Amino acid sequence: MDKPVFDMTGVVVEMGQALLALALAPGLIGFIRWMKARLQNRRGAAIWQPYAELRKLFGKDMVVSHNASWVFHVAPYVIFGSTVVVSLIVPVLVTPLPFNAVADLFAVVYLLLLGTVFLALAGLDPGSAFGGMGSSREMTIAAISEPAIALAILSLALAAGSTNLGEIAARTIARPSTALSPGHILAFVALFIVMLAETGRLPVDNPATHLELTMIHEAMILEYSGPYLALVEWASWLKLLVFLMLAGNLFVPWGLATSLAPAALAIAFTTTVVKLVVLAVAVAVLETRVAKLRLFRVPELLAVSFVLGLLAVASSFSVR
Amino acid sequence: MSAHLLAPLFWGMCGGYVLAAAGVCAPSARAARGVTAVGSVVGASAGLWLACLVLFGAGHFVLELPGVLAPAGGLVFHLDRLGALFLAVIGVVAVPVAVYGFGYTAALEGHYSLRWMALQSGAFLLSMSLVVCAGSVLTFVLAWELMAVSSWFLVTTEHERQDAVRAGLWYLAMTHMGLVALLAAFFLLGHDGATSWTFAALRESARGLPPGTRNAVFLLALLGFGSKAGLVPVHVWLPRAHPAAPSHVSALMSAVMVKLGIYGLLRVGLDLLGGGPAWWGATLVVIGAATALTGVLYALVDDDLKRLLAYSTVENVGLIVLGAGAGFLFLSLAQPEAAALAFSAALLHVVNHAAFKGVLFLGAGSVLHATGLRDINRLGGLVKRAPWTAASFLIGSMAISALPPFNGFVSEWLLFQSFLPGVASSRASIAVLLTLGVGALALTGGLAAATFVKAFGVSFLAIPRSAEAEHAQEAGWPMRAGMLMLAGACPALAVLTIPVLSTISGVLAGLGGMPATSATFHLGVTLETPLAMARISPVAIMGVLFAAAAATWAAVRLAARRARRVSDTWGCGRIGQTARMEYTSTAFAEPLRRIFGELYRPTDDLTVTVQPGSPYHIRAISFRTQLHPWFQRALYGPIVDATLTAAGWVRSLQSGSINAYLAYIVLVLVVLLGMVIGF
Amino acid sequence: MKLFTKILRTGLATEDLPAAAHETTATGRAERTDERDLAFQINDRARRLLGRAVAIRHVDAGSCNGCEIEIGGLTGPVYDLERFGLHFVASPRHADLLLVTGPVTRNMAGPLRKTWEATPDPKLVVAIGDCAHDCGVFAGSYAVAGRVQDIIPVDAVALGCPPAPFEILRGILAALGRREAAHR
Repeated sequence: MDKPVFDMTGVVVEMGQALLALALAPGLIGFIRWMKARLQNRRGAAIWQPYAELRKLFGKDMVVSHNASWVFHVAPYVIFGSTVVVSLIVPVLVTPLPFNAVADLFAVVYLLLLGTVFLALAGLDPGSAFGGMGSSREMTIAAISEPAIALAILSLALAAGSTNLGEIAARTIARPSTALSPGHILAFVALFIVMLAETGRLPVDNPATHLELTMIHEAMILEYSGPYLALVEWASWLKLLVFLMLAGNLFVPWGLATSLAPAALAIAFTTTVVKLVVLAVAVAVLETRVAKLRLFRVPELLAVSFVLGLLAVASSFSVR
Repeated sequence: MSAHLLAPLFWGMCGGYVLAAAGVCAPSARAARGVTAVGSVVGASAGLWLACLVLFGAGHFVLELPGVLAPAGGLVFHLDRLGALFLAVIGVVAVPVAVYGFGYTAALEGHYSLRWMALQSGAFLLSMSLVVCAGSVLTFVLAWELMAVSSWFLVTTEHERQDAVRAGLWYLAMTHMGLVALLAAFFLLGHDGATSWTFAALRESARGLPPGTRNAVFLLALLGFGSKAGLVPVHVWLPRAHPAAPSHVSALMSAVMVKLGIYGLLRVGLDLLGGGPAWWGATLVVIGAATALTGVLYALVDDDLKRLLAYSTVENVGLIVLGAGAGFLFLSLAQPEAAALAFSAALLHVVNHAAFKGVLFLGAGSVLHATGLRDINRLGGLVKRAPWTAASFLIGSMAISALPPFNGFVSEWLLFQSFLPGVASSRASIAVLLTLGVGALALTGGLAAATFVKAFGVSFLAIPRSAEAEHAQEAGWPMRAGMLMLAGACPALAVLTIPVLSTISGVLAGLGGMPATSATFHLGVTLETPLAMARISPVAIMGVLFAAAAATWAAVRLAARRARRVSDTWGCGRIGQTARMEYTSTAFAEPLRRIFGELYRPTDDLTVTVQPGSPYHIRAISFRTQLHPWFQRALYGPIVDATLTAAGWVRSLQSGSINAYLAYIVLVLVVLLGMVIGF
Repeated sequence: MKLFTKILRTGLATEDLPAAAHETTATGRAERTDERDLAFQINDRARRLLGRAVAIRHVDAGSCNGCEIEIGGLTGPVYDLERFGLHFVASPRHADLLLVTGPVTRNMAGPLRKTWEATPDPKLVVAIGDCAHDCGVFAGSYAVAGRVQDIIPVDAVALGCPPAPFEILRGILAALGRREAAHR
């Protein structure tokens, strides 16, 4: 597979794709919130409300705890940077990407883990009990969702013969029947459950809660304000977008542009938006329907995801 | 071309370590420290140079000393590429540790004999280097035993502490149990048909051994080398001995000595025996996975910083053996490229682990040096008081959690990739085993990340939880230099992954029938594994990550508001904040402790004291929870009891009565007479 | 599924914000509200920055919880403050606007001040209810430390005991300098 890493057009497309993901992420969250508001029979904020929030946060002052060390100040950049790198390698519009050299599913998982670890450290740094609790719970969930993710990736990789993202998308495009194979569907469900855990959506974590005892992600960012808060929030929205893109573009890759022709890119953009909307509606409906799980019931949920992944691997290898 | 340098370098290495050992004659404790450091650096540098020459050039270094111990067959040294790789690891780790040790042992001056420590340090490093250079059974066993004894002395350096003495006892017993197994293995390997006891001759004769003997040799070698490496269930000495030893010795033991167990396993299993049936690999995979999970689960709930690191070593050794097991498995299935991939992953992890575990132990030693505390629950706030230590420990923690862009990520990635051909295999049992292996690998990685967030976050961040932590000071320059050297090695190894892997491919070529060319990888800017068709570029990830973070920082500086105000930590408006309000290490691990409660089986003790006269007015409640590795008690308890009982019976022979002893003498004489007459 | 059929049958429940003139409370009171709004300085920078997205942190400085119940109604489908771009947050570090209820009791004076200090600039304070404005029925009590404006600077007030949710909304929007509260 030729990888024109230093090809200028390719690099421009990469940057454009990352910027597009960055630009779409607040809109995605705004759409999910709007959908949930309508499902709660109220008008809700406009879909572009998160953009206004970001603009406001970048203009606010910051208040920093005097216990905080350089880890607190560095963490937002690491979290944001690692999530942006992930958005560079996940297929959003084009596949294979010029950065295909590093577009590996395990790299995606571990880059996201980098962001999670630094967020957990930033939660511990100011020395508040809320932050410590958030860090502890976040690392617990991250740790036990790892095997579930690994098996979902493994089943995808088995079908495609590689963990490279471009390869996986290409193989599914080449053989459409794999999209409906039981292994594929089971892996999709497993990945969806893990996505709910990793991005802090219901039933694992309530993103809109104000009760500290029910917080996981929110507890770690209680000390952040101003531009730091904007970065951390934007990164978590981008993480949700990236996961939805993975779910959409790896399991249903049709519509992805395989060349840089403007027509192909336009089609890709439309199908991407459609996939995002469909998945966002699914997330919103699910969040409305289910209640938040007790923290110690979450391992059971992730165990279900692990078993589904195991079944996906078993079925994809028995089909051969 | 530089083959003539090999012998002088070998003698130089030995000479350097002997110089370090000669510190026993130093006029003062400070001189002893200095001589140890200088001798170790000289010896380690010479060893590293020798190893590089063998790895990148000659490929072999042979030295025979038939004159020494002639009746037993003389000493034979044969350094091939496999040994040279481990010798290079010894050299790379020993230099920073020696520099660090110069500063660290200053605290032991006056309490414990630094001259004796110098002798043992020199002997330890010398024996480790000789183990990997050994070319015959006698040389190997001599060096192995010297290593065990010198490290036992080092572990019990602080002999006024009870836990050090007990740890030493466990260590001595288990290493000698391993030695017995090793001796039996070598004996079985060579007693029937070997021309001599050199490794070359054993390799030849092993070809003709019956399968039963080969299996027995493998199992005995697994027991012996496994106990040195720290495989479950013979790992029990590790969490006792590594924390008890002085920190720079712990770093050497964790980073290098346990790897010699891996070296032995590969030497006997892969090189001498040339691989075996599938169940060898399967056993190693199962043991490796169990070891990895046990290690990380106990590291997660440990509050002692050094014991946490020791359990983490157990975990990483499990990962290495997991990879090696997959390699043996593929070799038995006649898939040499897949086997080479798996062994490369295991050896890459050997190298990477040496770097980051070394820096972690040196950091823990620096914390101990500054505060006198190992209990994480009483540390905190050290990131502002000991910034260099904190930064080094953070780099080590990130590397061991397999986070990009450091070296741990690359070896973990490679381990995952090496499992992929197996999961795609057509045999159901192999596929299921390796799938579960992938699950275990992923779970271990996640739990390790949680463990090190706890270890770094609670120890270094937030507010100090005790007066000692509050008054901690940064370590002196020798200690800082040692830590920074190893901390720098982590990103360096990530950047240099490609050259390191090509070296490892060269090491594996020819061993046990693996491909003679480095056909396993396509190495260029990126690392490709044709089997799994996966690609990664550690340099690219590092570069893009740095660029993204830097671009974000620049954008925020330009566009966003930069005014900031310092205030108290938000605590719902409470007045004042004390260290009691922070999360502790026990609290941090509590959710995972509850989730894995069935595996841990903690013992809880709840005592409620009531006011006299009324059972409803409570005066005090005391809660105590303890976590002991219950399976150790189940396994070792009966063994220890049986041994003590048997020892009791034997002791009853020594009744102290002269009449009994006279009777024994007469009995033995009668038996001897009978034997002589009988022939 | 019954949940979703119920959602579909209920439809949108949000009511428009009625204009201030429709309020049937004593005219004097409504006039006083306007006077109060104009009397306080509205921070220009705050008005520009916090135009469309405002995070609110509520602080109970010793209230009887009557105002809290009304504030709680704001997040429901009928009053729905989110359509104005307002939302409640848990931490004052995330907040732009502090909503204070209750006469400030002695025990809550310190925490109220700390909350205000923990909020980054630019920030606004809206006092809700008669108690927050002038201690209401609790004026002169031994447990009361003072009015909210004695502890922290106040930008707007919503009078009433308790003020109706729309009154509270109007108070908040007034603090933000947004007068378009008539037809949303």
